[in-house]
Amino acid sequence: MNKIFKSLNDFVNGVQDEKENVHLKHKNKKHHEKVLTERIEDIVESGENKGFNKFYNVIAILLACVIIACMIYTVSFLPSFGDPTNPANNEVVQAYIENGIRDTGAVNFVAGMILNYRAFDTLGESTVLFIAATTVIILLFKHKTKEEEKAEQLEEAKYEDKHDLILRHGALIVVPATLVFGVYVLFNGHLSPGGGFSGGTIMGAALILYNSAFGDNSTKTFFNYGIHKVIKISALSFYALSQLYSFITGANLIESIIPNGIAGNLISSGLILPLNICVGFEVACTMFGFYSLFDREEI
Amino acid sequence: MLEYTTIINNDYHYVINSIVQNFPCISIILSFLSGIFCAALKSKGAKKLCFFNLTVGFALSLATLIYCLKVGDYYIYMMGHFPAPFGNEIRVGVLEALMATSFTLVMMLSLMGGLKHIYHDVLPDKQEYYFLMMTLLYTSLIALIYTNDLFTAYVFVEINTLTACAIVMLKHSKETLVATARYLMMSLLGSGLFLIGISILYDITGHLLMSNIKEGVQNLVATGRYTFPLEMIICLFAIGLGIKSALYPFHSWLPDAHGQSTSASSAVLSGLVLKGYIILLIKLVYRVFGFNVINNSKVLNILFVFGILAMTIGSIKAINERDLKKMIAYSSVAQIGYIYMGIGLGNELGMVAACLQILVHAFTKPMLFNTAGAFMDTANGSRKFKDLKGAARKNMYAGIAFAVGAFSMIGIPLFGGFVVKYNLAIAALNNPSKAVIALLALIISTVLNAIYYVPALMVLFKKDDSTKKIVVIPDKKDLGFIISNGIFIICNFILGIMSSYFIKLIIDGLKVFS
Repeated sequence: MNKIFKSLNDFVNGVQDEKENVHLKHKNKKHHEKVLTERIEDIVESGENKGFNKFYNVIAILLACVIIACMIYTVSFLPSFGDPTNPANNEVVQAYIENGIRDTGAVNFVAGMILNYRAFDTLGESTVLFIAATTVIILLFKHKTKEEEKAEQLEEAKYEDKHDLILRHGALIVVPATLVFGVYVLFNGHLSPGGGFSGGTIMGAALILYNSAFGDNSTKTFFNYGIHKVIKISALSFYALSQLYSFITGANLIESIIPNGIAGNLISSGLILPLNICVGFEVACTMFGFYSLFDREEI
Repeated sequence: MLEYTTIINNDYHYVINSIVQNFPCISIILSFLSGIFCAALKSKGAKKLCFFNLTVGFALSLATLIYCLKVGDYYIYMMGHFPAPFGNEIRVGVLEALMATSFTLVMMLSLMGGLKHIYHDVLPDKQEYYFLMMTLLYTSLIALIYTNDLFTAYVFVEINTLTACAIVMLKHSKETLVATARYLMMSLLGSGLFLIGISILYDITGHLLMSNIKEGVQNLVATGRYTFPLEMIICLFAIGLGIKSALYPFHSWLPDAHGQSTSASSAVLSGLVLKGYIILLIKLVYRVFGFNVINNSKVLNILFVFGILAMTIGSIKAINERDLKKMIAYSSVAQIGYIYMGIGLGNELGMVAACLQILVHAFTKPMLFNTAGAFMDTANGSRKFKDLKGAARKNMYAGIAFAVGAFSMIGIPLFGGFVVKYNLAIAALNNPSKAVIALLALIISTVLNAIYYVPALMVLFKKDDSTKKIVVIPDKKDLGFIISNGIFIICNFILGIMSSYFIKLIIDGLKVFS
């Protein structure tokens, strides 16, 4: 925490110094030579545009009010919630409920819907997570040399409080239980509420708690950047490959060789269980990756 | 109990009788896979994988296009073991295959032309992520083209937004970060409006599959229920996708995002990303609401007015610009205006001209951005016209390509741009109530285009007497750049001279599109 404040402070000081320099520079520039940030600064600094700004704000608020009114008026037309005659309660919903167990082998209809009926959408959704994690890596990840890493560790040692007994003992009790619960939710995704997205989030939370209690070095012994990468890539590519198989057999009307099993058993419902596990690992890696990158610019 | 086989047997569009019909699905999943594996590779390997994927994707889309032309009808491909609306599906016809083929080609050529700048502008340890983002961007584009489900479309709009922001951000500078932040905000606002539209539409029709929604909407229109929400939904879709494709009053993010990023990113963003959303809008017009419903609503008039404003004001802004890349970016705003004007005319011919403009602009703008990158090399990376004096003489290949692109954008006969303007004019004459305004706007915008492209050409081809030292020596033997621009020029001439063939393709495609 202290480190974050320190870096924040450095950042603010640096920006202020820079600002003064920039100021001197872009006073001499002509309008079309300035970049966007400098133009915005100019507009804020000079009082000329104050009248326009006021006008702009008033118009913006008015426009927003009109749009909100339109939206609320639209909502008043919509069918009331929970009415059985709603258009949304049609043959699609009926088919999911009547045939869900026969078609997918999953007792949890939601899992059957997102991982079997509409697996293509979910492939896209997990790729969104992958892209989001990659984008944060692009923004924040720093490849450090060994010397830098050593210096950082020394710095870290100053702030790391090794005697926070309450946190450490608490974490020792909570982390295994959370991890086991996450795995349970993950593996029972096709039997009970839960599944890849929720199980992965719980597992990611456990990892984050472990990291904040025991520090980076002990986390790195079992979860570092290489392992993070391997898990992410293998989970998502397994998902894509299994879907490729399922799409091609499905469209060509070939019976899939993966059995649905007996509904209600742990090992059943065809591809849903492995896919749930893949999504879960993907989500856990993304969660921990976000935390770790925002905290110390590495995984 | 519902038997899915009866649904499949009743509709002959589901029948798979050729191996070619698997190709769109294979190309989508293949580019997913190669995008994911790019994260495991170093920069060189990721580049190879990206180009391998694009080459395979091009071959697969071309085979699909040839197959669709032979059959002359669309087909439905089940993504999984259940037919839609229970499962997902993609729908392939002539127009989709044509768009996918040309988008793949444009993406490959713009990456090839801007490769040197990618290596120069992106930090060495992050170059693999550039190719990762490009591959996934390509995935989302072809999935947007092929999908027949609104929610699938939304998922791929999301992927498209994030990857497009990432490729702007990957050029390491302060300006790109500011531009990315603006781009992300505006783009997310657009996605949000689109999502609200989808959820209201689901609420009143109960479906997410485009063809089923159309049935529901026709029903609602016939019985006269939910007229206000329907109008609101059309507005939300039009404005949401308008923001994302930089329609005039919502264009403010475009010049910075396109002007600051590395040349291959600018090329792909203006050539393809904007078009992906417009194709989605055309899909909404034909498949979700039906042409008549859209035609009766007032939204088309609004799109028409915005399109005309974009054509004129975008060009005026481009005239005032002293920055080469920003000038080209404002020219994109004007060219997008042509597409919206074509859609706004509200007749079949206008739509054909809009589709043709999508192709012409996709084959022209990337070339202009890549050549702008090459000119910047001759002036130590400056984009200002005063530094670029005589740049085209120092790099003649880029000069020729820029001249061809500029002539096409102005609308000189033999080039693609002329055909679009000609067809737009014919479409305008078929709609008497909008004819005068549309023709006037076409004339004014053509003159304005000439006012900024011709001086730009004159500056670039001027003899430079000053003996400034060049630090970054332009690589005249950059083979990728020469080949890519050569193919772009050839495609421009093909679109300009053999336009009747493409117009026939688009008309055939639009017939089976709805």
